[in-house]
Formats: sequence, structure tokens, C-alpha cells
Amino acid sequence: MTTLALPTRRDEGFRYSDVDALAGVWPVTREDITVAAGTSGSLEVVAIDGGTVARHLLITLDAGATFDLRVLNAGPSFGRIEVDVILGEGADFTLGAAQLATGAETVEIVTEVMHAAPDATSKQIIRTVLAGHSTGTYLGCIAVARGADGTDAEQSVRAMLLDRTATANARPELEIYADDVKAAHGCAVGELDAQGLFYLMSRGLTPPQAKRLMLQAFIAEAFAGAPGEEALSEAAVSRLEAIL
Amino acid sequence: MLQIDNLQATVADKPILKGLSLTINPGEIHAIMGPNGAGKSTLGYTLGGRPGYDVTGGSVSFDGRDLLELEPHERAAAGLFLGFQYPVEIPGVSFVQFLREAANAQRKGRGQEPLSGGEFLKLAREKAGLLRMDMDMLKRPVNVGFSGGEKKRAEMVQMGILDPKLAILDETDSGLDIDALRICGEGINAIMRKPDKAVLLITHYQRLLDYVKPDFVHVLADGRIIRTGGPELALQLENEGYEAVVA
Repeated sequence: MTTLALPTRRDEGFRYSDVDALAGVWPVTREDITVAAGTSGSLEVVAIDGGTVARHLLITLDAGATFDLRVLNAGPSFGRIEVDVILGEGADFTLGAAQLATGAETVEIVTEVMHAAPDATSKQIIRTVLAGHSTGTYLGCIAVARGADGTDAEQSVRAMLLDRTATANARPELEIYADDVKAAHGCAVGELDAQGLFYLMSRGLTPPQAKRLMLQAFIAEAFAGAPGEEALSEAAVSRLEAIL
Repeated sequence: MLQIDNLQATVADKPILKGLSLTINPGEIHAIMGPNGAGKSTLGYTLGGRPGYDVTGGSVSFDGRDLLELEPHERAAAGLFLGFQYPVEIPGVSFVQFLREAANAQRKGRGQEPLSGGEFLKLAREKAGLLRMDMDMLKRPVNVGFSGGEKKRAEMVQMGILDPKLAILDETDSGLDIDALRICGEGINAIMRKPDKAVLLITHYQRLLDYVKPDFVHVLADGRIIRTGGPELALQLENEGYEAVVA
């Protein structure tokens, strides 16, 4: 369903969006992906150029299907990646995402993962690094339908603020209507460990090198095990170097 | 090589070093001993340039340069190595990756060519062997899951790879069992006992000095060096305690 009216920040899913930038690309056409029963798919969404990027994906996984989605949201002045997922019985969905921003950039990932049938698994790892006056957001809802027992859903959301002027928003949400459900979610916003930085610098790394190394480690988990892990990490590191 | 003159430093506005003077020449090994709270670790961190350790007076020159003007990484490139009492764990960053970058950053600071991957691994293997450390451990994240003794040996491997002129080793002997103490002591000798290098050992105990024989022993109390002697002073401290010697 594509809504024609431009959302406002009163709409929950757009609360932290740059709606002025969004107006320039609205309406956003939803991209539908369906993975047939027992098969697997993967996709990389790499937004590393300036300007406005707004994507909306709907990924439907039939029974036993698997999907690996990786997102690098690092460069747009406004970058919004919205992902809706519907999981059939025994399906498996992985999202690994890194968002890197500086200046007045706004980056956001908005997900709704629906466990519609029993025994599906989902895992979301979101790592956000924010400098300057940038804003980084993750809004993530996991919905478990009635009867979707045996669900195993995981959200790991961490943001690192390089400057006190940056803003991180994180809202992991769970809506559970089944009984036998494993849902783990962790969320943390922090700053780089000063002791670790001094340790690395005392060995000769310059301050930007020390920060880049620690941030590289911080975001590594988002791309671990991805088919294009190396290229994604390289793209992320070059953006990190530009931010630092 | 290192000339500390009337150094005064505060931590969180509290004066810790209160006029410390010390001269270290090439080829010398100095030990600084002293009771808890005397300012031993503060001396190490202040010389390393750790944020939060503020110099309020005095001067430090290192190889003719004003050490206090340099950033921590510039001090490293100038040839200073700080061995940590509590080496920091850094998840996700491997020793090999970090040390190669560190070694090459230092070389760049000195106008030298970077080491290739192969050259670096050869060097790392040699220094790890010196400290009887398995190369596989250096492929693991920095200090994560290492025992106290392994962390200290890893510090010495780093020292070997980075090849400093002056090593300030803050309680390298704490947390070591008898064998690890000997291995670390022998490592320090192999890496640093050379005519153009010097060591400042910060320690509570005499036992490390059985392996690394100091040329000078200093007693630090209340932010100043109150006595200086030869190796016999360390034995006297061990036998009589700080209170008797400081009084």
C-alpha cells in the first residue's frame, strides 16, 4: 500500500524523519520481494552518496525461506530505509545494518518484522555511529501473531555518539500474541571508551586511526557472515575515515 | 635521554606529583619503588600523556624534545613505550591488525617505509617467541579473555615489536606467577638492555629486579623521589619496609 499523503512527524514511523527532504522524493514506491518456500535470497542496500534516499521494502518469506539483508546507510543527507518483513512457518530473516552520519545528516532504519506463522526466526543487528549534529534512528517492531509459537526473534541495537551534539533515537518494540516465544532485545547508546583510545594512541596510532579502529570493530557485527562482508566493511571504513 | 625536572602533576585537581626530578641516560635501567599512593602510576601516565593527568609545573625533555608538548601518539613515535599495569581490553580489534597499524604509524612519524604484511608477521612471530607466546593469541582481540599474566606478556611482545628507546613499565610484575615473571624479566633484558635504550621500571616489589638488574633504585613517596641508591636499596626496602626507609 503506497500512501499518497506526505507523512508528518506526528506519524509514529516518521517521528524523527527529515520530512522536508522526504517531500522531494515522495511518494516512495514500495519494492516487494517474495521468497518462495524453501529457497533463499539476499540483498544489499548501500546508500553512500549524498542527497535523499528513501526506500521501502516488503519482504515476504514463504515457509522455510531465508533472507539475508544488509544495509549500509552512510552518506545521504537524509537516508531512510524502511523494511517490512512477513515470515512464514520456519522462515529465517537476518538484517545487519550500519548507519554512519555527520554534519546535519539524518539516517534512519524503520522495521516491522511480522512472525505470522510458527517456528520462524529473525535477527536484527543495527550499529549507528553519529558525529556532528547528525541524527540516527532505529524504530523496530517485532510482531508475533497469535499461534506463531516457537518464534525466536532478536534485536541488537547500539549507537555510538562521537560528539555530544549528535542524537540517537532507538525504539525497539515487541507485540506478542503467542505463548511460546523467544524475543531478545538489547539497546545501548554510548561513547567511545576513553581508556581504550588512550591505550591505542600510546602505541602510536593517531587519534583518528584509534577511533576508526574501535568503530570498525563496533560495526563489524552488522556485516559478519554477509555474502559481501568484505566490500561492505571497506565501504563503511572509507566513510568512517571521512567522518573522523 | 630523559630529563625530568621538578615535575608537578594533578589528577582531578589533586596534586600527586610534587616536584619530581629524575635523569635517565642511554643504557641505564632505573627502578622506582614506593608505597601505594606515592604517585608511581601517575608518573607513568603523565609521561605517556594520558588525558586527565595535568602537568602544573616543571619540565620533561626526551631526546632533547619537550615531551610534554607532544600528543600520546607523537610520544610513541619519538620512542617512548608505556607498559600498562592494567592493559585495556578492546573487543573486535585484533592484536595483529592494531600492532601493524601502530608500528607503521610510528614509522611514518619517523619518515620510514611501512612494513609489509609479511615483514610485520615475521617480526611479531620473533617477539612472541621471545615471550613464549603463541602467535595465535595475537590474532585474537586485544587482551580480551587474556589472563593477567598473558596480558603482561602481550605488553612485552608489543614492546618488542615497537622497539622503543625508552620503556616505562608500570608494575609489569603484578599479577605474574613465578614462571611468567622470569619470562617477562628475560624479555625486558633481551629487548631493552642495549647501550642506546633505557628502562624505567615502576614496581612495588624487589622480585622483578632479580631478573632485570637496575643500575639505580629510587624511592618515591608523596610525589617526590626521596632516596636514590643502587640495587642494594631495593633489598633494604624488601627487608625493612617502606616505612623504615622513608622515615
